[in-house]
Amino acid sequence: MSIFIDNETKVVVQGLTGEQGKFHALRNRDYGTKVVAGTRPGKGGESVEGIPIFNTVEEAVEATGANTAMTFVPPPFAKDAVLEAGYAGCDLIVCITEGIPAKDEAEMYDLLKEKTSSRLLGPNCPGLISPGKSNVGIMPHEITMEGNVGVVSRSGTLTYQAVLELTNLNIGQSTCIGIGGDPVPGTSFIDVLDAFQNDSQTEAIVMIGEIGGSAEEEAAEFIKKNVTKPVVSYIAGLTAPPGKKMGHAGAIVSGNKGTASAKIEALTDAGANVVENPTRIGQAIKDVV
Amino acid sequence: MNLFEYQGKRLYQDFSIPTPKSIFVSSISEITDNHGLTYPVVVKAQVQVGGRGKAGGIKVAKDFDELIKFSGEILGMDIKGHIVESLLLEEASDILEEYYISFTLDRSAKSYLMMLSAKGGMDIEEVAEKNPDDLIMLHISPSKGLDSETIIKSIEDAKLNESYKAELSDVISNLYKLFVEGDCDLVEVNPLAITDNGVSALDSKVSLDMNAIYRHENFKDFENEIPIPVSEQFAKEKNLNFIKLEGSVGIIGNGAGLVMSTLDVVSEHGGMAANFLDIGGGAKAETVTAALEVLESEDNVKSVLINIFGGITRCDLVANGIVEATKGKELKWPIIVRLDGTNSKEGLSILEQNTNEKITISSSMDEAAKLAVEGAI
Repeated sequence: MSIFIDNETKVVVQGLTGEQGKFHALRNRDYGTKVVAGTRPGKGGESVEGIPIFNTVEEAVEATGANTAMTFVPPPFAKDAVLEAGYAGCDLIVCITEGIPAKDEAEMYDLLKEKTSSRLLGPNCPGLISPGKSNVGIMPHEITMEGNVGVVSRSGTLTYQAVLELTNLNIGQSTCIGIGGDPVPGTSFIDVLDAFQNDSQTEAIVMIGEIGGSAEEEAAEFIKKNVTKPVVSYIAGLTAPPGKKMGHAGAIVSGNKGTASAKIEALTDAGANVVENPTRIGQAIKDVV
Repeated sequence: MNLFEYQGKRLYQDFSIPTPKSIFVSSISEITDNHGLTYPVVVKAQVQVGGRGKAGGIKVAKDFDELIKFSGEILGMDIKGHIVESLLLEEASDILEEYYISFTLDRSAKSYLMMLSAKGGMDIEEVAEKNPDDLIMLHISPSKGLDSETIIKSIEDAKLNESYKAELSDVISNLYKLFVEGDCDLVEVNPLAITDNGVSALDSKVSLDMNAIYRHENFKDFENEIPIPVSEQFAKEKNLNFIKLEGSVGIIGNGAGLVMSTLDVVSEHGGMAANFLDIGGGAKAETVTAALEVLESEDNVKSVLINIFGGITRCDLVANGIVEATKGKELKWPIIVRLDGTNSKEGLSILEQNTNEKITISSSMDEAAKLAVEGAI
């Protein structure tokens, strides 16, 4: 098993006709992901490299049996696109789009939760990959290998770094998942930790956080109570100057709340092995599996 | 983006939230005797830092002479490192009661949060800590919003003056409207006062969600009015996320998390970052060229570390940008490049075909950081 996606995952790509959507959808397909459809209002009936385009997700789901949406739709239209995928019955919606207003994110999260049973991953996330099975998102699959370590992170590129550190030591991954750094992530650390804990393929977990917010502290609380598998963690931003906003909406440190040291302390207290440098993640996992 | 008080109050006016009559000036010459304000007039330093009153940045003038005198004193004043470049001249109010109200997004609860208290005019964190019962915290569903019954109940729960219930209810409703329709990360009024003229927002703290800039014409105007350090100006024009730091290792990376961790690794090797520079996701060649240009104008940079892990960003495009920026140039400092991920093979071969003696390719983040630290000595 892996979490959230596997061999049965059938992907409909929202925004397949755009540059990014096309590049990554085709790359995912080359990897073996079942990319069965794309949507673009007004372009229904056309196709991109053999992938049929539909006007709506509902039509795509009906015709192809797609159960997962991957969204590359630009920010002004992203909320409606995600909701459309939810209302069409997609089990999982992976929203890659960066720069969605927080109000749209909050509203979309609320409506999905109330009216659908869809899981949203992101927005502003790299997606997820279950090596050897399926890649839904923008993660470079070349650096992954199939195995037993679950990786979860708030940061995209830092996820890749962690995965590479594992693969370099010949340690494979069950699922690698980036939850995104935006104010209202559809899937939280806790959701993913819970899924990894219950996944038979996953034997150990890598969790990568960063300064700002309190998601890592909440995750630490969850780990303490519910996670029995070994957890290795790294928190980015130990040397970031306080009060500066380092890019991510999430990465703001104000006062003592959300500092790297507060998070490291909480995770250490929860039994996680917190390394101070991302390049040590591989070795730390090797020590426990 | 945090707004100045006067900018926040402009938004209040747009949303029919009463504020005292005021004028905004950025020099003494703009203040004439026929300003139309009734004395006493409060002279308020426009700075984005707390505690300006205690620092002498707020003074009450009883006539024109004092107005000129106090304005002259406060303009140019240094308040905790912030130079006062403008003033809000505002009619003083007779305050009967002071309340606190704010709207923000509660990330943990994934819903909006209204905080309301009859104990305004003071540090609200202190109220929350010492008298938590005096602070009403109400979560609001983003899809359902805030209805008038809930507002009335909150006013009662917070024990605000009930003779002003209708007026307060309107103001609260409009503040919520501003928070949502105005795409604000934060709307805070402290104090929201009952004055001899009714309910009035005496201060404003508003922060805008810049992701929503595409649907608000006034965001750009506000942004243009907020001074930013000269070093960050150029980067901003190029849409780069740049923050100047004190060290000597210039950093260029993609993704906030990776760049932050690059800072951490540089620090572990005994170096210090000269900056934080995130080229973002899906950067093109010209983005990388611009990033190198930004660092060129930074005197403290002694070496440069380019740490790219391609996902949505393609390493071949990054390599093209590096070549474009450095080709045929006498480089001021060594550049250490680390490329991994999407199209890294193509990227590395582009760099190998365009060798430059000052550019070193490294195969790992750890080694690249070490080389960059050594190069900065």
